[in-house]
Amino acid sequence: MSDELKLSISSSPQIHSPQSTAKIMWLVVAALVPAGVWGVYIFGLRALLVIAVSVAASLAAEYIMTIVFKSGNTLFDGSAFVTGLLVGYNMPPEVPLYVCAAASVFAIIVVKWTFGGLGANWMNPALAGRVFVFFSWTSGMSKWTMPRILADAVSSASPDTVSGATPLGFVKTNLMNFTGTSSGPIDFLTSQGYPVHSYLDLFLGKIPGCIGEVSALLILIGGIFLILIKIVNWEIPVFYIGSFALLTWIFGGLNFGNGFFSGDPLFHVLTGGLMLGAIFMATDMVTSPVTRKGMIIYAIGCGFLTFLIRSYGSFPEGVSLAIILMNIFVPLINRLTQPVKFGRLPKEKKND
Amino acid sequence: MKGLKTFQRGGIHPKGRKELTNTKKIVKADIPETLIVPFSQHLGAPAEVAVAAGDEVKEGMVIGKPSGFISAAIHSPVDGKIKEIKDIFLANGMKSKAAVIEKSEGFVPVEKKTQDWNNKTPEELTGIIKDSGIVGMGGATFPVNVKVSIPKGEKAEYLIVNGVECEPYLSADHRLMLERTSEIIEGLRILKKIVNPEKVAIGIEINKPDAIEAIRKKAAEEGFELDVIPLKLKYPQGDEKQLIKAVSGREVPSGGLPIAVGCVVINAGTVNAIYEAVVLEKPLYERVVSVSGNGIKNPGNYLTRVGTPVSALIEACGGTNGTPAKIVVGGPMMGFTIYDTETPVAKGTSGILVLTEKEVNAEKRTSCLSCGKCIGVCPMGLNPTKMFKFIDHSDYSGAMDIGLMDCKECGCCAYTCPAHIPLVQGMRLGKKMARKKVS
Repeated sequence: MSDELKLSISSSPQIHSPQSTAKIMWLVVAALVPAGVWGVYIFGLRALLVIAVSVAASLAAEYIMTIVFKSGNTLFDGSAFVTGLLVGYNMPPEVPLYVCAAASVFAIIVVKWTFGGLGANWMNPALAGRVFVFFSWTSGMSKWTMPRILADAVSSASPDTVSGATPLGFVKTNLMNFTGTSSGPIDFLTSQGYPVHSYLDLFLGKIPGCIGEVSALLILIGGIFLILIKIVNWEIPVFYIGSFALLTWIFGGLNFGNGFFSGDPLFHVLTGGLMLGAIFMATDMVTSPVTRKGMIIYAIGCGFLTFLIRSYGSFPEGVSLAIILMNIFVPLINRLTQPVKFGRLPKEKKND
Repeated sequence: MKGLKTFQRGGIHPKGRKELTNTKKIVKADIPETLIVPFSQHLGAPAEVAVAAGDEVKEGMVIGKPSGFISAAIHSPVDGKIKEIKDIFLANGMKSKAAVIEKSEGFVPVEKKTQDWNNKTPEELTGIIKDSGIVGMGGATFPVNVKVSIPKGEKAEYLIVNGVECEPYLSADHRLMLERTSEIIEGLRILKKIVNPEKVAIGIEINKPDAIEAIRKKAAEEGFELDVIPLKLKYPQGDEKQLIKAVSGREVPSGGLPIAVGCVVINAGTVNAIYEAVVLEKPLYERVVSVSGNGIKNPGNYLTRVGTPVSALIEACGGTNGTPAKIVVGGPMMGFTIYDTETPVAKGTSGILVLTEKEVNAEKRTSCLSCGKCIGVCPMGLNPTKMFKFIDHSDYSGAMDIGLMDCKECGCCAYTCPAHIPLVQGMRLGKKMARKKVS
């Protein structure tokens, strides 16, 4: 009987959950698709081209590196695809194509592979790529397009004041020379003639911005999907957005000359790529802490830094920089938040 | 289901697959012509060989004597003749001496009569358990006489019966609790007399509602004070430490034994074996084995003599189906794969599983993603990925420092790991190398 059978010998466990690295990556891609489709719908085919070039450059870079490092084919594990996709999502629709390609190549070659490839990088590759090109080609990275849906509103408003600004950027730059009074960002946008001024528009994504970050709704749907299938831990997005919203509510009103506890957290959560960052980038498994406690600390750190950069820095957004900075702290957080071992309870507890 | 007890930290929910066997009544497996009875079927020192080639043996005769404090006697499962004593490989890959016994023609097992045990002292009862070679039948095979001998100065508050059977596929204990309910209750009376606990409890996972009901009813009928505790489904609840935590809320200290928190845990199948040893005077040479998996034509539960080759049992189930990928002795989470189907059933063999490629779900290993899922599922609160990295870099003392020896190889981490890293294999290697370095 044993002659006919080809039996595998292996160490226990003899069965495995249906999960695998490639499955995780492709499910993340699936969760990202709706937000991207929306981006292409409102910004036009040019946005699709940006995403395609980012993904293609990322895959090409990955392919070259697997040859250089003789590491076998890793193209189909999906991780390079996710990186490329996130790079594309973090680009303005009109960005020169060489910029997004450069971001992908930098992400894969410098951030991911110089540290040893998948799992060994200590910084989120897509974000590092974005930050790299942001500082290298700042003008190309700051050219914003009005969504096609808003074309009418834009032409009726004075085009000079609104072209080339995201809601968040618009508030930031125009608030510096502003001397009047305003109750908050939405009020400010309305009074200055910015074409978007309802929370609903912000939530649905009818705003200028990076291709994949505009629709909070679709990002949220993708995120809930990933949380339900246990690929993303709920702790990071919830504590990131929560701590950020709390800080914004407490201190956000100061910029408008209002007192404490008068900030507008909803506006800040729905703009500037916070949802995309909190749900898809801060949760990157490789560059986030491994324990629950660690994830919470890390997420609160991200929220704090994002708030700090947005309120007091010279950039309107701050999500990418905040996450990257917190990535640097991850090894430290991991070291300080080791799990508590079974059977190591304090003595007095043991006897009750 | 709220309010059900369970352990808190970690744990996983693999597919139970119990439906393959849990409605199948226990049937007697045919006794093969030749049996291979290993002398090491338990934790501790192998039994001392007490027979030689050519000797005639009788059913229940001692053929191996315990050779140390932690050791167990081995009995002949049939009437027959010792053909030879040879070295074989056990399911776990260890080498052991084994007696090859040729069954005598026309062998019919003796019908056992019940004996009254009420006038026996606890010491005598422990002696019977020892002489009957009873070991933990859940898989760990720790000699039971050692377990029930409470060290001086310790007191057993809880006697906990393990009816959890949390390993997927297996339903041997489930069937025993249903079909041998009164025997198990009687076995518990015996154990209660030996251990003298304040409370007797049985923990059963809620995927066995009929067993919970049956035990509850029988205990009430017979006026035996038994706390039947339904438990939430979660692997590895059948582990001693997790079960104690679930039932009593106590945590066995790292490196300690259950008695340190006043608990003694005995598997339900073992309780049945104790009943048989004491009441029927039948040593442990027969047990119920779940034969299951998608690669088996007719899965079922078989009352099998120790020493029966795996191939004989598989044939009794109508042979294999499709292309089996693995044959597992024990449960799928902690069991061992075998390459030789002549490997015999031993005292601790709770299941024989023939698994297909699809059930196994093996995939190529990728790099660690630092997702932390292994940490989340570890019931011992360890950091498997970090320990694995230490071991991978031959830093065994580094792994020891963060709790390598607390790992009990339950397999939650490796089961969950999306990168398919053989974490448990790493821990095993690490423990072996660490022990080598210490000694």
